[in-house]
Amino acid sequence: MNAPTYNFAYLDEQTKRMIRRAILKAIAIPGYQVPFASREMPMPYGWGTGGVQVTAAILGPVDKLKVIDQGSDDTTNAISIRKFFEKTAGVAVTTNTNDATVIQTRHRIPEATLQAHQVLVYQVPIPEPLRFLEPRETETRRMHALGEYGLIHVKLYEDIARFGHIATAYAYPVKVNARYVMDPSPTPKFDNPKMNNSAALQLFGAGREKRIYAIPPYTSVVSLDFEDHPFEPYKHKACCALCNAEDSYLDEIVTDNKGSRMFVCSDTDYCETRQSQGHRGSENAAPYAESANA
Amino acid sequence: MTTVAEMPAGFADKVLAAQSTFRSVMDAMARPGTVQRIQAVSGVPAPMMRGAAAIALTLFDQDTPVWLDSRLAATMDVAKWIKFHTSAPVIADPAICAFAVVADAAALPSFEQFAFGSGEYPDRSTTIILQVASLTEGPAYELRGPGIDGATILRAAIGVPDLLDRLALNASLFPRGIDLVLVSGESVVALPRTTRLVAKEG
Repeated sequence: MNAPTYNFAYLDEQTKRMIRRAILKAIAIPGYQVPFASREMPMPYGWGTGGVQVTAAILGPVDKLKVIDQGSDDTTNAISIRKFFEKTAGVAVTTNTNDATVIQTRHRIPEATLQAHQVLVYQVPIPEPLRFLEPRETETRRMHALGEYGLIHVKLYEDIARFGHIATAYAYPVKVNARYVMDPSPTPKFDNPKMNNSAALQLFGAGREKRIYAIPPYTSVVSLDFEDHPFEPYKHKACCALCNAEDSYLDEIVTDNKGSRMFVCSDTDYCETRQSQGHRGSENAAPYAESANA
Repeated sequence: MTTVAEMPAGFADKVLAAQSTFRSVMDAMARPGTVQRIQAVSGVPAPMMRGAAAIALTLFDQDTPVWLDSRLAATMDVAKWIKFHTSAPVIADPAICAFAVVADAAALPSFEQFAFGSGEYPDRSTTIILQVASLTEGPAYELRGPGIDGATILRAAIGVPDLLDRLALNASLFPRGIDLVLVSGESVVALPRTTRLVAKEG
């Protein structure tokens, strides 16, 4: 179903060319934020307009698109973007991580290891890792040019001085290819190690801030830390209540007014795949249904 | 004089041909050393190669000043074709071009003549589309860098004199630098500024 009034994948060709050129430069300079002339999209800034524009520029009829929001295929943002591309590009969509060729994501990296034929597109709100330390674009640009990243180390040090550990839990700054300090978008720092040496190409689009950046495949991505305070990916000390996974990133869900809670995988595809393989967590109702059938 | 009616055509399907060509170039740039193929078919003004013509139709427009080397500029055919199909300004000064298309690799001007970008804006640099004799046969090079799992071997007859010296200079300027897109027929290999080449025996 291709809406006849729109060009393939919504954007006009001139816009796509401009974005495509920015993507090529972004890949050539890993971690460097390439300015681009971000367009107004039929959704508000903050709803993934940067990611949508990058996806629209790379998407072809043979692609299979997956969209996740905080790991879930079933949240408003994910569903509306998936439908947007179904309507404007007529592409096949999937929720299965392994089947997808293009995965647009907000705030998570899928648990399943990404493959070489896949492209991961991140929606980025604030692309500049130094922005809250230095509000002037002219200054942060010069700091990147000179590789002068003392300020961000001071920020991490202040975390240690105040809390005894690095308290930054998401959008944890990384150094790409030993040169540019980069904001990985507000993914939990649990996901940072997955960016390192990934087989898949990773593209980042910030619509409101008008920046595109990239991590090519097989590129070193190092989370900033100190020798005596090494980087540690945070994770709740629990396993998934539905699929019993111990290695996935967990969402905490409050279940009543008395403080009861459960932890479930934030990556819904990963959790469903494990459940279909027969893994059962403490709160999973499936075993009882099966025993009733027996 | 060539009239518009005699001019080689552009893409038959502009949208999808540009998309598939871009994905080939993007994959080439993301995985230096791998040979990508350009599927899209278009008319080609001699002595441009099919791949170079497809890349021009995909990436050039009024925002990208284009520089042509003396072999491509020898007749007006290539410049006219580029202007007609892409609206890109064809300019004489390589120092401000976004793309340079080079047919005669042996006469490639030194990299200093092109745009390296600035420290603040290293993306404002020239991408050289270099037509080469072969991307499957010729001297072997070992490639390392982002996009490459360890090291990879590229056999190519690139034909640029002191290529390795030029690339070493390019590497020393990082993050400023020139990005190379090698084209042979419909095959494409990219050498972004992060890729390190070493000549390999055998």
